[in-house]
Amino acid sequence: MPMHLEIVTAERVIFSDEVDQVNAPTRDGRVGILPRHEPLLTILQPGELGIIKDGVRTPYAISGGFMEVLSSRVTILADTVERADEIDEARAEKSRRVAEERKQGAQTERDMALAEAKLRKELVRLQVARMKSARRQ
Amino acid sequence: MASSREIKRRIRSVKNVGQITRAMEMVAASKMRRAQRNVLAARPYADRMRELMGDLTARVSGPATKGTLLEKRAVVKNVGLIIVTPDRGLCGSLITNVLRRAVRFMIDQRALNHGVEVFVYGKKGRDYAVRNSLALVGEMTKIGDSPRIEDILGVAVGAIKGFQTGRYDELYIIYSEYINTLVQRATVKQLAPVETPDAPVSTNQIFTYEPGEEEVLHAVLPRYVETQIYQAILESSASFYSAQMVAMRNATKSAKDLVKDLTLTFNKARQAAITKEVSEISSGAAAQAE
Repeated sequence: MPMHLEIVTAERVIFSDEVDQVNAPTRDGRVGILPRHEPLLTILQPGELGIIKDGVRTPYAISGGFMEVLSSRVTILADTVERADEIDEARAEKSRRVAEERKQGAQTERDMALAEAKLRKELVRLQVARMKSARRQ
Repeated sequence: MASSREIKRRIRSVKNVGQITRAMEMVAASKMRRAQRNVLAARPYADRMRELMGDLTARVSGPATKGTLLEKRAVVKNVGLIIVTPDRGLCGSLITNVLRRAVRFMIDQRALNHGVEVFVYGKKGRDYAVRNSLALVGEMTKIGDSPRIEDILGVAVGAIKGFQTGRYDELYIIYSEYINTLVQRATVKQLAPVETPDAPVSTNQIFTYEPGEEEVLHAVLPRYVETQIYQAILESSASFYSAQMVAMRNATKSAKDLVKDLTLTFNKARQAAITKEVSEISSGAAAQAE
């Protein structure tokens, strides 16, 4: 039995399709959602969002958001989300370096926290960019 | 009467203006369509957010709302006001309407003895705030036609923090609500304390909240307010281009009318000159015949 997954950002609907499984990075750790999961509302953190459909796993990089699971409907309200193969590795690497430098040069605690959040986001993007869609055994 | 040369020059210049306004009308029309699409595209997120909120707030109430964006404060001392205006003009009465609504709002608040601090999106509003020395604490200009939500967060986060830290006891936004191409209305909306949307009837299911109801609520609330601000900005953009399109259409029509008028005057002047010349010749001929 498939379940419906919808990923929306504040700007637009990114993804809306039937899928077999969703692996999401929540604040309390990674969770795998299968059809008929119990109703759940949770906070997502930066990480890899894996979508499995017909045995193919497609990785996405997500920077945070919320996930609502309701019987066989999953809704992800994402801050930003990108498919792995849409991420430009070279540019992500550059952004990471910039974030790192900013972290080094941070004067206030606030700057530090901002730079660290940005760095974490860029690290996730890089990591996800290196994953390619993989067939699941 | 002006010389025919003078009139000819005016006709040419009015025609040129008409061509420019016509081009601007068409540009505004296409940008309006994109802005409308942006508003529509952002709607699912806002809708889902509202549903989620309705469900959450139905569970968390009373003392648990303290320190969140839901908290209703008994004594209101200061309010934060976000004003959304376009960066550019040539859009009829749109900016005036928004600013006039803002002024009325501030007068009302002062009558209640509330201090008002202002956050502004858009150059026109910023200029106004500076000119009238309003208490401007945050501003953002050059937002662009299709901003992403991160692009506009700077000011929004400042306002939300202001409420959370108790600097403001209420938070409002004034923007130009897009009703249709011909009608845009300057609207005031309360952002905080968040007015709880009605709980959706469909979700009689029992949710598991991870890490917990309150944590989720604390994370959702600021995002909810940010989304509302984002939507207001998108709607203002759609309003701006519609207003500009209509204003430019009127300008083009006026230019056309003016050209018609001037052409008539020109023809009359030409006719008068010819008549004069003919009568001069004929009177000259008559004089010679005598």
